[in-house]
Amino acid sequence: MDPIFTTAFIKSISNVFSTMLQLPVDVGEPSIKTGDEHPFDVSGIIGMSGEVAGSVVLCFPKDAAERIVAIFTGEQMSLDSEDFPDAIGELVNMVAGGAKGMFDGREVSISCPSVIIGKNHNVSRLKGVPCVLIPCSTDCGEVVIEVAIQDQKQAHGAGASAASASA
Amino acid sequence: MKILLVDDSKTMRNIQKSVLGQLGHTEIEEACDGVDALSKVGAFEPELLLVDWNMPNMDGLTFVKKYRQSDKTTPIIMVTTETERARVVEAIKAGVNNYVVKPFTPDLLSQRINETLEKVAA
Repeated sequence: MDPIFTTAFIKSISNVFSTMLQLPVDVGEPSIKTGDEHPFDVSGIIGMSGEVAGSVVLCFPKDAAERIVAIFTGEQMSLDSEDFPDAIGELVNMVAGGAKGMFDGREVSISCPSVIIGKNHNVSRLKGVPCVLIPCSTDCGEVVIEVAIQDQKQAHGAGASAASASA
Repeated sequence: MKILLVDDSKTMRNIQKSVLGQLGHTEIEEACDGVDALSKVGAFEPELLLVDWNMPNMDGLTFVKKYRQSDKTTPIIMVTTETERARVVEAIKAGVNNYVVKPFTPDLLSQRINETLEKVAA
């Protein structure tokens, strides 16, 4: 994945959390998801389409999600509160929207967010697109951004090159 | 002043309501998308609208274009994550008076609301 994408998400989550939550984010070393990672309890998902396509997932363990939503909304909510998914959805919307604005002018649209809440769930993503994990540490707990996106021009260019090489 | 908030996120509408409350605005109506907003503008007759861009059923840009067919003057502030210059220009061309990028601080939203209302009053 183009490093510009990883950098954009790091900048965006730091901006969203500091502006809306007054919560500093300490970003760790990004890595490629292997599938063996510990699953999370809450996932906010956004799809991207256009010149960059794929998915972005903001993942939280239960306690971190509840603490962050409490700061964001000003209300204590548990995972089963009616408005809990809305708050998570708006957070991932701002993180993904802010990041796509730093994609060097590429035309990208984002979907409305979806939220999954439940112990040990998994979120499917595009096959063949590496998923980069960006670990983020906050005073409310750990948050991870899973970014599985692909520049469509590069992807199609690579496909064309591979086809001509094998012809 | 009557203000219509158009955003599919209840959390975001509550944040905006809180900022508006601090500015002394309490006559607020809410809509969860462009379709809902169009169904409410006639009866509510807002004097200011805060409109999100990405929403289900009808997005904010489509709503603004439809609303501007019958109301050319009521100020509209777009409050959105869309930061690209082309999008901002598109929104202004559609009839948006001012633009706030999410995430925002309460101070920034207050400032944009005040400057928008001052321009309209001038």
